[in-house]
Amino acid sequence: MMFKKTLMAMALGGTVAATAQAGEVEVLHWWTSGGEARSIAVLKEMVQDAGHTWKDFAVAGGGGENAYTVLRSRAVSGNPPAAAQIKGLEIQEWGDLGFLASLEDVANENNWDQVLPEVVSDVMKHDGDYVAAPVNVHRVNWMWANPDVFENAGVEMPTTLDELWDAADQLKAAGVTPIAHGGQPWQDATTFESIVLAVGGADFFADVFVDHDAEALESDTMTQAFREFKKVKDYIDRGAPGRDWNVATSMVIRGEAAMQFMGDWAKGEFTAANMTPGEDYACLPFPGTQGEFTFNIDSLAMFKQRTASNSEAQMKMAELVLSPEFQETFNLNKGSIPARTDMDMSAFDSCALASMDTFKQTANSGEGLVPSMAHGMSTTSTVQGAIYDTVTEFFNSDMSAEDATTRLARAIRAAQ
Amino acid sequence: MSVSNKKGLDYWLPKLVVSPTVAITVIFFYGFVIWTAVLSFTKSRILPQYEFVGFDQYVRLFLNDRWMGALTNLLVFGVLFIAICMIVGLIMAVLLDQNIRAEGALRTIYLYPMALSFIVTGTVWKWLLNPTVGIERFIRSLGWDSFTFDWIIDPNMAIYTIVIAGVWQASGFVMAIFLAGLRGIDTSIIKAAQLDGASLFSVYTRIIIPSMRPVFFSAFIMLAHIAIKSFDLIIALTGGGPGNSTDVPAIFMYQFSFQRGQLGMGAASAIIMLMTVLAILVPYLYSELRTPKNG
Repeated sequence: MMFKKTLMAMALGGTVAATAQAGEVEVLHWWTSGGEARSIAVLKEMVQDAGHTWKDFAVAGGGGENAYTVLRSRAVSGNPPAAAQIKGLEIQEWGDLGFLASLEDVANENNWDQVLPEVVSDVMKHDGDYVAAPVNVHRVNWMWANPDVFENAGVEMPTTLDELWDAADQLKAAGVTPIAHGGQPWQDATTFESIVLAVGGADFFADVFVDHDAEALESDTMTQAFREFKKVKDYIDRGAPGRDWNVATSMVIRGEAAMQFMGDWAKGEFTAANMTPGEDYACLPFPGTQGEFTFNIDSLAMFKQRTASNSEAQMKMAELVLSPEFQETFNLNKGSIPARTDMDMSAFDSCALASMDTFKQTANSGEGLVPSMAHGMSTTSTVQGAIYDTVTEFFNSDMSAEDATTRLARAIRAAQ
Repeated sequence: MSVSNKKGLDYWLPKLVVSPTVAITVIFFYGFVIWTAVLSFTKSRILPQYEFVGFDQYVRLFLNDRWMGALTNLLVFGVLFIAICMIVGLIMAVLLDQNIRAEGALRTIYLYPMALSFIVTGTVWKWLLNPTVGIERFIRSLGWDSFTFDWIIDPNMAIYTIVIAGVWQASGFVMAIFLAGLRGIDTSIIKAAQLDGASLFSVYTRIIIPSMRPVFFSAFIMLAHIAIKSFDLIIALTGGGPGNSTDVPAIFMYQFSFQRGQLGMGAASAIIMLMTVLAILVPYLYSELRTPKNG
């Protein structure tokens, strides 16, 4: 059996080498919704134009859990796809297991170190070698607002946390739902991390969610963040538990709610409703986090391949992923910004431009750029899960902020 | 010669036909149960690995607040779900047993929910129970402005909405089991009792229901395993929320094994679930299956 396989591989390798170095790349991803599917189709075309075969391996399911399960069984059986949509700390976990291929040659040839900010390349590297290629950068700490609703209620859009609660009180008095929220653990965590950033600042955020520093975790600042987070509950509607994020976005679109705290993937919903940024809807940094940027980077990690031709096709694809053409088309469709900072941004809208400005500024100064906890950028899925549990439990019960602080610190310790 | 050949075929054929099923069951059921048990003693994270750590994963499991919450929820849900299904199913079966008109049609109507998947049931009840679109809003629109029915968004009450949806789905099925049981009882006993002047009520409580012991047994087994492995209904209805208030062991197990890269702890929780099922079923099976032999 084994022998037969080897023979076949040899024969296959032989014929391929004899004709041309055309390989096949199999890409596991869950970009299956309209705009996302269009985005990835661009890469497929580019790979095919380069003379290689593209084997699409899309596994539906927004959060990628299904795809992730398939990937693990493929990896265990020794037959991983060429590339898989893996992000954040998971890249390190796969790297530790020895599955990922080094992209150093491609990276050096194409100056990845120069075009990518260091925070991005750190996420893509395992033991100093590039093992994944970033496709985009999402900003998580956004506030999406409906200006008409604010105007009708005679309220200014908030820029600090105090202003936020003021505005929310007035909006509530005017009879609209101030905050559109979906009560799912990851959405609770998304709002919570923005509040931690607003209350404690970027350094505190990093202490808590990246380093899990015990002192920071048990500090009064943390308790204060929990207290502010609980206030959100006064300004959401009763239908919030279990609501999907895009349903919450549509509440803002229809003017039933004034604002939503969500990453920039929400922009796709506004675009689909034919709304123009700056006129029909406003994208503002989460109150109190101006000049700070919580990033969430999607990436394709490259798995070690068995045949030389497939490896070559894989390297070609890695190069294409970071090409300015792909980065532009993909991110125009997806609502995010390119991972390269040297690109012409003229095709992008005002929200993306604002996002890019803050991104460059924070990346250059090294201050205010933090990895998103809620989206798996700052810590392992284990610790992230423990944080989710505590945050959502706190938000949905009458637990005191002091207890929540203690429990969060304990849960993080236990999960490490 | 020919006789012995024929005997050989008779002897081997059934075994041959059954063997693939047996092999598949042994490998894919018992084999994987054993594998899960082995994994629960390792420090496996995102992939299986075989570095043994003893009972560490079990200790971590029982120190986890969420797991303890999930167990409590399972207890509340399981007891209520099984009890209410049995009571409602029995009452419906007895009422249908009164030689009523259109019994066939009614039976089908009651059985229909079972034909739906739990995902459908969960989604429909999610909408019905949602205070901003469902029952509460409907009653309020009829004029009862203060009517409130918001269990699904109340962390203390949400687990009961799972019971409601579960009972709606499964009680018709329990009714069918009971009805079959009722029909299986020898009518001459009932007639004899009636000749002795027993009322209809005492015929049911003294004769029919006690003689349906095996039927209760099978209904209980069916419902207990639906309760313990319940996953899809809760995912569709509340997603385990609000917060973690409707979390159950099956959801916990899935999330920890497949989403959070804690295969070892997930396996430990799966083994605890298996133990729970065995702890309920083994004594019951033992007492139920032993009595006919002695009696």
